[in-house]
Amino acid sequence: MAEILQYFMLFLIVLMLALALFAVKTKDLLSAVIASGFISLVASIVYLYLQAPDVAMTEAAIGAGITTLVFVITVRKTKGKEK
Amino acid sequence: MRKIVAIFFLTIVGLYMLSLFAQIPFGKPYKGVSEHYVERGIVENRGSNLVTSIVVNYRGFDTLGEVTVLFLAATGLSFLLFSCKCLREFKRIRSSLVLRTATDTLFPLILLFGAYIFIHGHLTPGGGFQGGSVIASGVMLLFLAYRSFHVNHKALSTIESLAGITFAGIGLVGLIYAKSFLANSVISLGQWNKLFSAGLIPFIYIAVGFKVGAELSGLISDMISTTKED
Repeated sequence: MAEILQYFMLFLIVLMLALALFAVKTKDLLSAVIASGFISLVASIVYLYLQAPDVAMTEAAIGAGITTLVFVITVRKTKGKEK
Repeated sequence: MRKIVAIFFLTIVGLYMLSLFAQIPFGKPYKGVSEHYVERGIVENRGSNLVTSIVVNYRGFDTLGEVTVLFLAATGLSFLLFSCKCLREFKRIRSSLVLRTATDTLFPLILLFGAYIFIHGHLTPGGGFQGGSVIASGVMLLFLAYRSFHVNHKALSTIESLAGITFAGIGLVGLIYAKSFLANSVISLGQWNKLFSAGLIPFIYIAVGFKVGAELSGLISDMISTTKED
C-alpha cells in the first residue's frame, strides 16, 4: 500500500514538472495561468502526503483559487498573448 | 564592463551564501532553539497544534510582520489600479445557472468552514491565514456568480484596521502585564485540548483571520470592480 502511494506521488511530481514546462513554453497566457493553478492543486495533494495540512490548505485556497482568478483577470485586461 | 561588475558582485554574494549554508548540517536534526520548540512547545502553550504555538507565540512578531506585508501589498495594488487607466476594460459576462446555484449552496458552508479553521487554529491544522483565505475564496465565488455583486469597501477597511489594532494591542498587553511583547501567560492557559485554552493564541488567530479575509476580499474586489459591466 505504501509503495503504491509512493508511485502515485512520483506521478504527481512528474505531472507538476510537465505542467510547469508547458506553462513556460506555451504562447497562450490563459493556458499558462490554468496550468499554474493546476500545479498548485497537485502541490496541495503532495503537501497533504508529506503531513503538512496547514500548507496544503493555504496552497489550495490561495494558489489554486485566488491567484488563478487574479491572473485570469490580468490576462483579460491585457492582450492575452505572448509576443 | 557592466557584465564584469555584475559577475564580480554575484561572485561575492555567492561565496557569502555558500559559506553561510556550509555551516548548516544537512540531514541531521538541528540542535538549538528548534529542539526547545518541539519538546516544550505543547507543554508551555497548552495548544495541541504545535505549528500554531510556534507561529503565533514564539514567532509571533514575525506573524505581525507578515500581516503588515500583506496589508502593504493590498494597499499598493489598489493604489495602482485606481490611479492608472492604462489597462483596458472588459465586459463581465452573465454566469451560468449551474455556477449561481452552486454558489448559493456552497457560500454559507465555505464561510462556516473558514470561521471554523481560524477559531480552532490552536487545536486542528490551519489558522488565521488559512481561514481568511478560505473566506476570501468564498467571496471570490460570489463575484464570479453575480455580475452586480459588490462589497462595502468602508466596512472591509474598518474590519481590517480593527483586527490589526487588536493584534498589536494583545501584544502590548503582554508587554505591560508580562515580561515580553506578545507574551502568552497573561490569562490562564486553560485545559489542554479544549476550545478555551492556549492563552491568547485563539484571540490572535481570530484577529488574523478577520484581517486576512477582509484584505483578500478587498483585493479581489479591487481587481474586478475596475472592469466594465454591460
